[in-house]
Amino acid sequence: MSNTAAISVSDLTKQFGDFTAVDAITFDVKQGEIFGFLGANGAGKTTAMRMLCGLSLPTSGKANVAGFDLYKESEKIKKNIGYMSQKFSLYEDLTIRENNRFYGGIYGLTDQQIKEKTQFMLKHLHLESKADTLVKALPLGWKQKLSFSVSMIHDPKIVFLDEPTGGVDPITRREFWTMIYEAAHRGTTVFVTTHYMDEAEYCDRVSIMVDGKIEALDTPAALTKQFNAKGMAEVFVQLARKAKRSDN
Amino acid sequence: MKQFFYFIRKEFYHLLRDRRTLFILFGMPVTQILIFGFALTNEVKNSRIAILDNSKDEATTAIIHQLEASRYFDIVENLNSYAELEPTFQKGQIRLAVVFPEQFQNSLLHTNAAPIQLIADATDPNVANTLTNYASAIIMDYQNSMKETQDFPYTITTELRMLYNPQLKGSYNFVPGVMAMVLMLVGAMMTSISIVREKELGTMEIILVSPIVPIRVIVAKMVPYLLLSMVNIASILLLSVYVLDVPIHGSLTLLVFECFLFTLTALALGLLISSISDSQQVAMLVSLMGLFLPTIMFSGFMFPIENMPIPLQVISNLVPAKWFYYIVKDVMIKGTGLETVWKETLVLLGMLIVLLTISIKKFKVRLE
Repeated sequence: MSNTAAISVSDLTKQFGDFTAVDAITFDVKQGEIFGFLGANGAGKTTAMRMLCGLSLPTSGKANVAGFDLYKESEKIKKNIGYMSQKFSLYEDLTIRENNRFYGGIYGLTDQQIKEKTQFMLKHLHLESKADTLVKALPLGWKQKLSFSVSMIHDPKIVFLDEPTGGVDPITRREFWTMIYEAAHRGTTVFVTTHYMDEAEYCDRVSIMVDGKIEALDTPAALTKQFNAKGMAEVFVQLARKAKRSDN
Repeated sequence: MKQFFYFIRKEFYHLLRDRRTLFILFGMPVTQILIFGFALTNEVKNSRIAILDNSKDEATTAIIHQLEASRYFDIVENLNSYAELEPTFQKGQIRLAVVFPEQFQNSLLHTNAAPIQLIADATDPNVANTLTNYASAIIMDYQNSMKETQDFPYTITTELRMLYNPQLKGSYNFVPGVMAMVLMLVGAMMTSISIVREKELGTMEIILVSPIVPIRVIVAKMVPYLLLSMVNIASILLLSVYVLDVPIHGSLTLLVFECFLFTLTALALGLLISSISDSQQVAMLVSLMGLFLPTIMFSGFMFPIENMPIPLQVISNLVPAKWFYYIVKDVMIKGTGLETVWKETLVLLGMLIVLLTISIKKFKVRLE
């Protein structure tokens, strides 16, 4: 395991009874990298991601996240990662400011830090006038962007994004990816799952999971070349077609 | 520690912004107390009765006067013969008939014994029972006063006393019952719903990924409902004392402490429910069926436990509300102290510890 790796995983496995959801995956994610974690529904992406976030205990294998051991130092990992789930995860009956205060608060930020972060975030997202609006009154695109900002409120070393742009319009998706680039530029490692192949092209490196195993891992350009395809979409289809497992 | 206060603040936002639920939570104890106090009562008042007086002497007249004077009875018929009894009952005009034999006073004075027949319409057995009890009590009262004027040269008036509840008020019975019901419902159902809601929304995942310690999440979830329950206790007690005239005879501190203990038990149950349910509907159903119904059935507040078959009596011991009901009745109505309710208190405390241990262990730090 190299010291510059933000995440390093070897032979990580998760079994639910007889079913092997994640089958001995091995990979490294470099610091500051945007790592695309692709796979068809049921390929085991979310399970793998949950293990890395400490939401699910691996059956076997090793993993090191943000420099800490997944088994022994999960509390330290928690302080250093951000997580945005598939489901929209802000409280709709709280205002933007209150959501920030809560999430900042549970990450142990001081009032001053929370205030500054909120100020910065609102300005960045041009939401200053909406600071005291209940989140439920905001359009979905804004909510997603806000959700991402909140997952970054404690300046994590790594941020895990589980299908962050599901159901979002193309313009907002583009804006969202601008935010991801900005975060990576500031040195945050971004670990993102997606079903949009144009988004896969935006990633520094991409892994494709099929039936719980990682079948391919490289830069989008190299993968396109390797599979003799026109783009990531074709690469994905070629690999995913081999899957024996159907949608869970 | 600061994390914890941020969490509690957030819980209060949820609670205070859901106006409808809040209204129900605060309104429920008030309406229940008022409904039970003024509408649903098992007291029987102004029952229509008939008298068949075959003796028509001083003693029977005195007893009839006393019956008539009581607020339980209205004498609507004075019958002349047994033959009239049956038709009067059948027409549904009366619920009870009091029959005096011939020579009533004579036999009372000479043999010291005279029978009175109480005939009740037992189609509603509870009402029949209550009415005959009332009537017997009035007759006994008279008999006692008679006996004492004869045995002693001076008159000593004694009266029949209904212990702790001289007016046989129903409210003495249901105030503790309503307290058990409201505290159990608010505590268990609301806590479980508020935790399960976070599971449904997906915010629980975010919380579990964060460094906050699970036990703090649990406590922060409980605090608002604990406070809410305390407000409810206050409103129930205030209504009881000032509107329903149910006194607090024992120590208020002890009473509040016991309420606190019971509320915690309810919260622990709520937590346990939240760990076994995946949706708010399930949590609500489980709370209603698993807690609310047993609270009503097995606390002894609606149905006397002594009358139940043994297996059900055993089951009733598992219901926290039963113990709480005993305690509140003892402390509030009888005015006894910890020396008489320590056993029940220990049982509640034991339940609390067991439930809390199980539910904290079951509260999933990891999602799977």
